[in-house]
Amino acid sequence: MPTTIFSAPNALTPANTHYCPGCTHGVIHRMVAEAIDDLGLRERAVGVVPVGCSVLAYNYFNMDTHEASHGRAPAVATGIKRSRPELIVFTYQGDGDLASIGTAEIVHAANRGEKFTVIFVNNAIYGMTGGQMAPTTMPGQVTSTSPRGRDVEWAGWPMRVVELLSQLRTPSYLVRVAVHAPKYIVEARHAIKRAFQYQVENRCFSLVEVLSTCPTNWGMTPVEACRWLDTTMLPYYKLGTYKTPDPEQG
Amino acid sequence: MAKVLMKGCEALAEAAIRAGCRHFFGYPITPQTEVPEYLARRMPEVGGVFLQAESEVAAANMLYGAAGAGVRVFTSSSSPGVSLMAEGLSYIAGAELPVVIINIVRGGPGLGGILPAQSDYFLSTKGGGHGDFHAVVFAPSTVQEAADLMILAFDLADKYRGPVIVMGDGIIGQMMEPVEFSDGPPPEPPPKPWATTGAKGRKPNVINSLYLDPVQLEAVSLRLKAKYEDMARTELRYELFSMDQPYDVLLIAYGTIARVCKTSIGMLSEQGVNVGLFRPITLYPFPYEQVKQAAAAAKCVLVAEMSMGQMLEDVKLAGLGDTPVHFLGHAGGIVHSPGEIAAKINELRQSCGMGR
Repeated sequence: MPTTIFSAPNALTPANTHYCPGCTHGVIHRMVAEAIDDLGLRERAVGVVPVGCSVLAYNYFNMDTHEASHGRAPAVATGIKRSRPELIVFTYQGDGDLASIGTAEIVHAANRGEKFTVIFVNNAIYGMTGGQMAPTTMPGQVTSTSPRGRDVEWAGWPMRVVELLSQLRTPSYLVRVAVHAPKYIVEARHAIKRAFQYQVENRCFSLVEVLSTCPTNWGMTPVEACRWLDTTMLPYYKLGTYKTPDPEQG
Repeated sequence: MAKVLMKGCEALAEAAIRAGCRHFFGYPITPQTEVPEYLARRMPEVGGVFLQAESEVAAANMLYGAAGAGVRVFTSSSSPGVSLMAEGLSYIAGAELPVVIINIVRGGPGLGGILPAQSDYFLSTKGGGHGDFHAVVFAPSTVQEAADLMILAFDLADKYRGPVIVMGDGIIGQMMEPVEFSDGPPPEPPPKPWATTGAKGRKPNVINSLYLDPVQLEAVSLRLKAKYEDMARTELRYELFSMDQPYDVLLIAYGTIARVCKTSIGMLSEQGVNVGLFRPITLYPFPYEQVKQAAAAAKCVLVAEMSMGQMLEDVKLAGLGDTPVHFLGHAGGIVHSPGEIAAKINELRQSCGMGR
């Protein structure tokens, strides 16, 4: 008798994604979908998707979705969650969306302790518009709007969102993970599931920052991109749990 | 229910609750802060949601989310704040979601001032965000009318699945007048099977305004255009005042200035001069044909606005032929006096050879 040992998550549609080869959006989409399936949340989930590479994510998540304006996903999610608290609401945002144009919205959603989950994909560059400097771009990193490399005297240092938000007094779950190697994936999957679990328990705002690669706009092969993330981003964007609502761990 | 004395802002807020709305997202700005202040007290009493947003940008996007989730929702602001809401308003119109927005207009441009103005006519009727869209725009002239139109605004927002703007000048928001609410239960909103309520037993719903295929986006734009044309035919509202006797001069004014005009008309009546008043209640749709008919009986038209001539452009678009159109405008919070308008009419009568 055949036994299913592996299948696509129910919370993803069968559509092929538009993401570039070597991009980790697909992996992160799958992790979000698996967490939602594991917790049995698909029929009461609403995904708020951003402007950026994942603008078409409503074609991939097999659940209700709401396309936000650029950076405003946390405000849109606030409107949904405050109106229908029984829903499980998450935003899926890139670094241009969340850490540049949407800083006011993410900071205040976190500070109000909005009971939704944020998946923040940080690949240190603007992807969809073709590789411009982001607030998260690394010092010296060449992009189309930092052609001589990011000059921190001119553009400031890369923004560390999880560290920034961890200064807020309001309880929250803030964690940074990576998905460019199998050893990190287990931890990332666990963190995303835990972020949703906190929402199910109506505990707190949660944000999972996922370090991601952008081989196309970094001008690298997927393998080189994983290596660059490992050697350049990881020392600056340290992985780990920065804040949790649990007193014994916080 | 007996009449109560209420400030315009508070009457608008209470009217929203009477319309069954239980969700408000907003940001303080003079001269409408009494709306959020009233709701901060009132919403918890009726089990509703009051949330002070971090900005008008966020407030408009909270409306976008809440309306997408299928609840009645509104916000309130004043001119500079409404400029900040333009982004959200455009997405709301593009995704075809029902919301109500109060704009208690103050003088501009820029930070302008905090005193009453009507200088957001263009913003409300011609713009208000990028792309091809329109919103129904109500312009009440009394607190009672503001409350009544506010309740109607929620029904029209649901009917047309789009934004409805209730635009009052600062005086409408700040003055106190008797107002009466009906005791009946709030109207039942129509079912919203498109809302993000969780995809249980149905296909997923998507709230969206993105169409990368030009053919598809043009089809959407044509469908929206047809909706706005239907709206323009069905939702026209206006008042005709002092037009049952012959008149040489037709006044056209809305909101508070229309009330000032009525006083002017009373003054002129004592001098034996009859003047007609056409008061648009909907600024979008604008009653072009009705204005044209009313003007046909007059020798000249006087448009009075607390702006430098914004509704004036729509009056001219009505195509009044050879009938001259004159204008009396104020800005910055200066309100026309009844005597000033009466004097202007007498001046026009003399220059047009109408005599006394």
